[in-house]
Amino acid sequence: MAEFTLTKDADGVATITWDVPGKTMNVMSFTGLEELEACIDEALADDAVKGIVITSGKEGSFAGGMDLNLLAVMKEQAGDDPAKGLFEGTMKMHALLRKIELAGMDPKSKKGGKPIAAALPGTAAGIGLELPLATHRIFVSDNPKAKYGLPEILVGIFPGAGGTTRLAKKLGAVAAAPLLLEGKMLDAQKAKGASIVDEVAADPVAAAREWVLNAKDADLVKPWDTKGYKMPGGAPYHPAGFMNFVGASAMVHGKTQGAFPAAKALLSAVYEGALVDFDTALKIEARWFTNVLMNPSSGAMIRSLFLNKEALEKGAVRPKDVPDQRVKKLGVLGAGMMGAGIALVSAQAGMEVVLIDRDQESADRGKAYTETYLDKGIKRGKVTAEKKEAMLGLVTATPDLEQLKGCDLIIEAVFEDPKVKAEMTQKVEAIIPEDCIFASNTSTLPITGLAEASKRPEQFIGIHFFSPVEKMLLVEIIKGEKTEDRAVAKALDYVRQIRKTPIVVNDARFFYCNRCIIPYGNEAARMVTEGVAPVLIDNAARQLGFPVGPIQLGDETSIDLAAKITRATKEAMGNDYPASEADNLVFWMEAEGRLGRKAKAGYFDYDEKGKRIGYWKGIHDKYPLADEQPDLIEVQERLMFVQALEAVRALEESVIEDIREADVGAILAWGFAPWSGGPLSWLDIIGAPYAAQRCDELTEKFGPRFTCPPLLREMAEKGQTFYGRFNPGAKDAA
Amino acid sequence: MTEAYIYDALRTPRGKGRKDGALHEVTSVRLSALTLNALKERNNLEGHAVEDVIWGNVTQVMEQGGCLARSAVLASDLDESIPGLAINRFCASGMEAVNLAANQVRGGAGDAYIAGGVEMMGRVAMGSDGAAIAVDPSLAMETYFVPQGISADIIATEYGFTRDQADALAVESQKRAAKAWEENRFEKSVITVRDQNGLAILDRDEYMRPQTDMQSLGALNPSFQMMGEQMPGFDKVAMLKYPHLERINHIHHAGNSSGIVDGAAAVLIGNKEFGEKHGLKPRARIRSTAKIGTDPTIMLTGPVPVTEKILAESGMAFSDIDLFEVNEAFASVVLRFMQAFDADPDKVNVNGGSIAMGHPLGATGAIIIGTLLDELERQDKQVGLATLCIASGMGAATIIERV
Repeated sequence: MAEFTLTKDADGVATITWDVPGKTMNVMSFTGLEELEACIDEALADDAVKGIVITSGKEGSFAGGMDLNLLAVMKEQAGDDPAKGLFEGTMKMHALLRKIELAGMDPKSKKGGKPIAAALPGTAAGIGLELPLATHRIFVSDNPKAKYGLPEILVGIFPGAGGTTRLAKKLGAVAAAPLLLEGKMLDAQKAKGASIVDEVAADPVAAAREWVLNAKDADLVKPWDTKGYKMPGGAPYHPAGFMNFVGASAMVHGKTQGAFPAAKALLSAVYEGALVDFDTALKIEARWFTNVLMNPSSGAMIRSLFLNKEALEKGAVRPKDVPDQRVKKLGVLGAGMMGAGIALVSAQAGMEVVLIDRDQESADRGKAYTETYLDKGIKRGKVTAEKKEAMLGLVTATPDLEQLKGCDLIIEAVFEDPKVKAEMTQKVEAIIPEDCIFASNTSTLPITGLAEASKRPEQFIGIHFFSPVEKMLLVEIIKGEKTEDRAVAKALDYVRQIRKTPIVVNDARFFYCNRCIIPYGNEAARMVTEGVAPVLIDNAARQLGFPVGPIQLGDETSIDLAAKITRATKEAMGNDYPASEADNLVFWMEAEGRLGRKAKAGYFDYDEKGKRIGYWKGIHDKYPLADEQPDLIEVQERLMFVQALEAVRALEESVIEDIREADVGAILAWGFAPWSGGPLSWLDIIGAPYAAQRCDELTEKFGPRFTCPPLLREMAEKGQTFYGRFNPGAKDAA
Repeated sequence: MTEAYIYDALRTPRGKGRKDGALHEVTSVRLSALTLNALKERNNLEGHAVEDVIWGNVTQVMEQGGCLARSAVLASDLDESIPGLAINRFCASGMEAVNLAANQVRGGAGDAYIAGGVEMMGRVAMGSDGAAIAVDPSLAMETYFVPQGISADIIATEYGFTRDQADALAVESQKRAAKAWEENRFEKSVITVRDQNGLAILDRDEYMRPQTDMQSLGALNPSFQMMGEQMPGFDKVAMLKYPHLERINHIHHAGNSSGIVDGAAAVLIGNKEFGEKHGLKPRARIRSTAKIGTDPTIMLTGPVPVTEKILAESGMAFSDIDLFEVNEAFASVVLRFMQAFDADPDKVNVNGGSIAMGHPLGATGAIIIGTLLDELERQDKQVGLATLCIASGMGAATIIERV
């Protein structure tokens, strides 16, 4: 079955309909490109055709973009010279879109072309918008849910099918910047306001037909194809444009901390393209696009942030034979910050929620969190009053455990104390249905141990949220020793309902995420005790793409929590505990009352409003700054390896069963260097042999925590990569 | 090796580089030609007396474009057989012209040269010639480009200079310049700029503010704080390059940075035979020249390494130098120079500098060589070193020695 079909009518309008069989939304494939070209050629060649309308056969959408798997295929198919393959493939795409844009017009007089309009029934992203941008006019439906934009930058690439050049030349660098650099998606009206689309119509196909039948020669000529074209806002060496371009580089550099090659390549394509004619600009765009695709970072980002994230959300690791476990009625135990957040996101997903706390007042406070959140949404015009009422109606705040009757999932989010949790488990299990799944939102206590309090340990599971619940995208699901498949399926179906990304891990100290985050904070603290400047440590992390540095993170998560975890770990591990001066630093700061942001004193000094005013210099009374500061690279390697090696150990110990979860989880849970695609992708990028060698060197210099894990050593010897060796996803495809 | 000598050095007074500046009505070509004519007259340079005119100029567009050196020669009374070479090494262009001329002479490529430069900053705006390093994203990000003012503030932050120190240096520059004018110390060098009818337009540096004190400077807002901290946020770029810095201390403002002015300068350089032939007495020999590339982000630290380089190449010690001219592009540049060498402030910029009198980019390098020579003669000292910081991370230096 064809992806693009051409029909012609008596009025002389040829309609090209994009409708990829078996997909809810169109994505562009090689076949698609060939078929589109064939349709265009036929319509342009047919004298009976007066105008062409390109539309979609999908209700409510035009196209979601390029099939991102194709980029990898293009690279592979190019054999020994992948850059050549990518460049030529991209240029072919440009040629097709340019053919649409010029529509058979006489190259000199610009006359005699056939009007081509795009009629978009809804959402158009990536090449789904780049194709319309090459037509002469874009009509979109008034569908309020539809979004239009070029979000490529979010997965580490940039619009490479002319979207970059066309938007920059059409809108100017400043107006195009939020669309290209931030990947902003706009609704129909805003898209029209931003001049990305031309008209909003109830029936875009009819409007497009009408337009192509009446369009004049001049309507078909793009500004950049006319003599005297000037870039809006000024080209780079125009006085106004100069300031914009100077500013753009600085802003992008500061914002991305230099950690995202795609942003730099995009800006270069815009700048270099602005200095030349349109066709040369497309060639430049293709060269930079190829450059980004050749950078291992883009492949890793696409793999983790798009393909694997989506696979996990769609149930890649869900037990296959368990029927639908979607939650209807949820019980949340504990209406503190986590419980309140869980209630909020669950009600948002349309679940009935019973929010329990020890007294009515506390329970109400938890529910008020949802109300405040919705009020903010109303103020920003994102939520309606009806929606607010409906959502609040779903949440019952009460101290009465009897209300939990009829729940099919319980999430316990009470105080992080095994005794308190055990007591709650037993009390609640006496009330809830036999088949209700019981989950604990613990972040530190092993699930197997907590499950001992349960009379149904096979229905007991960990669902670990991150704070703040409504913002954080990841949920870590922990299987205890006795947890059975139905509980896993329940947790996964629930996470899917609240539209977050799940990873499923086996029970072990700190599960997966905290297991990696804690050593990260610890390594930073160790460096402070060695006399490394705290600002250097934070900047080193930021330049790796971490949203906040580990020192600042320490203040955000609080020093007393770090002290508490340290004490608990020490107690649990006994003689095996790898004590360090970092522990003393944390205990000392705790004793000094420098508990972090909440105390307005921690690694930072704060003003009265709690705004950071600078690093606390008093820390150097105890840990003087070293005269010789380490190289940035050394600080960065310590921070990266200490996390990545923990991920490898988690894999060795089968805490992680599917490497995709290690990578996706790390980026979404704690912002692990997104450009790398995650800790295991990072090790693949630098290569196991180099990683093993650096481990040895770091061990020698800094201690056994950098010891190369046997798995990594073996991979280094065999020249393997994680994604080559473990080949995740192969079994889903099978 | 053939020695290169300075036979003469002169300059125009520096006019305010804006609409109400006295030189604003004078074209770049005419000011250049006036300067060349003055040199010709003072030294009887008839016919093909010099091999070339090497003319420094930074913003080589519009009237300063199209090989300004050749236009200036043709507009002057010099013989048309003398060609003209326009060169650009940003703020050291005038010095580079002198150094290049000296090295041509030393290498035997001609007996004499005129070297110097011009910048009419009020007529051809700084930066109007574009600059890929600022605007080309690949290059700007690769080099961590920030504007010079931010670089000057980075120097202050990195090396610990306070606003008070910078302001004190500025006050001192004004005081010294005022005193130098009072005592006619620039008498030998400064020519009067006249119109085509011989009427005087300007005979004195007009940018100076001798009344400047700490209090008046204290009232000025930092010039680069906005662009550093807010739009577009150059401080973040600076901290990417220097991750050990927590913030940038913005101490520079209009009062402790060099002034935007119009001006020109020329130096006559030749070998011994040239002097004998024209009956001219050499004033100093150009003992050594040097240039260097440095970190482009902090950008303006070049005077320190280039001084180390030129001293090493000349087999000299810092203490062998009697007087220094360190271009006052920004206060922190001079503070850093004095800090690095523990220099005696009395020997550095004895007659004030660009903060007081202004910095006509393409000319300054030649101006300070002349100023240095005048002061060596006045104090009857022997050896002087002039140096400038240069955009995009460079440094240049010249050592002269009286003969």
